[in-house]
Amino acid sequence: MSYLDNILFAILLIIGFGFFASSIKKIIRNINLGVDVNRKDNPKARWKNMAMIALGQSKMVKRPIAGVLHIIVYVGFIIINIELLEIIIDGLFGTHRVFAPYLGPVYDVLIGSFEILALLVLIAVIVFWTRRNIIRLKRFINPDLNGFPKNDANYILYFEVVLMTLFLLMNASDLHLQNVPGGFSHFHKAGSFPVSRFIAPIFNGMSNELVMLLCEAFWWMHIIGILIFMNYLYFSKHLHILLAFPNTYFANLNPEGQFDNLESVTKEVKLMMDPNADPFAAAPVDENAAPSKFGASDVQDLNWVQLLNAYTCTECGRCTSSCPANQTGKKLSPRKIMMDTRDRLQEVGKNIDANKGVFVPDNKSLLNDYITPEELWACTSCNACVEECPVNISPLSIIMDMRRYLVMEQSAAPMPLNAMMTNIENNGAPWQYNQQDRLNWKNEN
Amino acid sequence: MSESLVVPTMAEMLAQGKQPEVLFWVGCAGSFDDRAKKITKAFVRILNRANVSFAVLGTEESCTGDPAKRAGNEFLFQMQAMMNIEVLNAYEAKKIVTACPHCFNTLKNEYPELGGQYEVVHHTEFLKSLLDDGRLTIEGGQFKGKRITFHDPCYLGRANKIYEAPRALIEKLDIELVEMKRSKANGLCCGAGGAQMFKDAEPGTKEINVERTEDALETKPDIIAAGCPFCNTMLTDGIKHQEKEDSVKVLDIAELIANAQDL
Repeated sequence: MSYLDNILFAILLIIGFGFFASSIKKIIRNINLGVDVNRKDNPKARWKNMAMIALGQSKMVKRPIAGVLHIIVYVGFIIINIELLEIIIDGLFGTHRVFAPYLGPVYDVLIGSFEILALLVLIAVIVFWTRRNIIRLKRFINPDLNGFPKNDANYILYFEVVLMTLFLLMNASDLHLQNVPGGFSHFHKAGSFPVSRFIAPIFNGMSNELVMLLCEAFWWMHIIGILIFMNYLYFSKHLHILLAFPNTYFANLNPEGQFDNLESVTKEVKLMMDPNADPFAAAPVDENAAPSKFGASDVQDLNWVQLLNAYTCTECGRCTSSCPANQTGKKLSPRKIMMDTRDRLQEVGKNIDANKGVFVPDNKSLLNDYITPEELWACTSCNACVEECPVNISPLSIIMDMRRYLVMEQSAAPMPLNAMMTNIENNGAPWQYNQQDRLNWKNEN
Repeated sequence: MSESLVVPTMAEMLAQGKQPEVLFWVGCAGSFDDRAKKITKAFVRILNRANVSFAVLGTEESCTGDPAKRAGNEFLFQMQAMMNIEVLNAYEAKKIVTACPHCFNTLKNEYPELGGQYEVVHHTEFLKSLLDDGRLTIEGGQFKGKRITFHDPCYLGRANKIYEAPRALIEKLDIELVEMKRSKANGLCCGAGGAQMFKDAEPGTKEINVERTEDALETKPDIIAAGCPFCNTMLTDGIKHQEKEDSVKVLDIAELIANAQDL
């Protein structure tokens, strides 16, 4: 009978991690729906980006209030998870605070710092909630977030409050029992518990058995809460806690102003400009090659890094708040570009799941059904969104790929842009001036 | 303009068996736009004064393809790029200077993969190097004591991380350089990039150039310094919109330097 707890715990762990692993597998499968792009060059610079931007949070602190609070929650998250190791061992083997006797005073310091961090996380999370719901910062009440995304952000904050509170209550009840004169059951002295010692008095007057029951309940709810939170990630905007690392590693290393040159176009242009090319030669037939498409109208046309970007986005909205088009009331919101890309990718993934691993066309696409041409044409390609993103996501690259589709596949550029392009074709300038007049300025006054 | 401009072309240089120190890529705005032509001429006057051996392509120059590429027309961009690269390579161009950040970015970052490898510098970087080498001296002249704010062009600043060269030049003018609340990496676009220059803005509540001009006017400047012919147009329009054209001027850094020296 005494093993029942351990077995139950092991089953919970297996279900929790198993479900999580299947979500991760789906994410990887979906990201791989994107076309290939080489982001394995220059590993030194990539590791450095990851260390500075993801681990070091260097871009977060550009906005100091949110930046510092975020660092608290982030450090808290990582450090308090060390405690998870002990919880798992205790759960599996029926031990209680298994590390305490081995680590002695170090354990005291560790638990003490976990508690202080947990308190700081609680405070930071309350400030975050206030910024979203009371102060209502513009980027958090932007219509992009209407519906689920707005609730999602709050759910995550509530989760953190609940988890931190349970962690402190668990310690407080434990401490209460440690201090029972003459000792009680297996509760041995394990440290000073700098935060929960102030909570412990709430258990005064309760029977030791009841406090022990509560302590175990807190312990179970805490670990179950963590497992639920871990599995909620996939359905939330919160995957950045994992994906920020690969995302910063694989991010573009070139200057922000450098847009990629489409290789498929280069081939055609070279052929057009080659005086020895036979204009009547049939194109070499490759049975396996999919007909090449210029630009992107759906998620499968984007590259895998762009799709990774979409899963990584945590909808903080710094991009949108810095976007000149959005600030002047245009429909474009770089955050919405990322959210739409992810939503469509999820939809495509579900389609594949429902159709035995094959995508069945659903008469929908990222373009038009999610992102409208009006949004795409409002972009000034200024790179403010790319510069702002704390994890190096590039909404701009998706906007550009979709413009390419509109122009090269659909000839659907706004009329004035067609005129501009016609001028470049005819006279080598975006305006209607004769190329032979290019040096006239020299003699004008 | 007391003296006439000396503007040799690459073809003339080649005929004399000479290779200039630097090729001046004038760009479409610099060649055709009335406002931008003044910038071109100011820059040439400085080059003439500093005895820089330079040449232009003249009628052999064509659009870099930047606006076509940002509009999504990769075909047209690459056609333009390949034609320009053929011309530039035929003249064995090594170093290119341009007063347009859009041309600068495209030539510097997007041409190499297509076979055009040159050392490309923006005119503010080039002028800074002339200054550092003692080939150019800058004095405040008529601008002494004025308040000047500098608008970072997106394709010079964020796109290529060049923030200091233009500021170093302006500071040489004995003026008071004041920064806008959004500057350098946080600078706000003027509204012209990404081919927006050639179309109307989408429906919204405000024009981007007005928003940016307000940033500039908050610093109470006498002059808004620009480093891009398109930003220049957008900000000049913004100043007109605010009816401040009598008290605030928009000038390119090349114009500031040329005018300060009474060139």
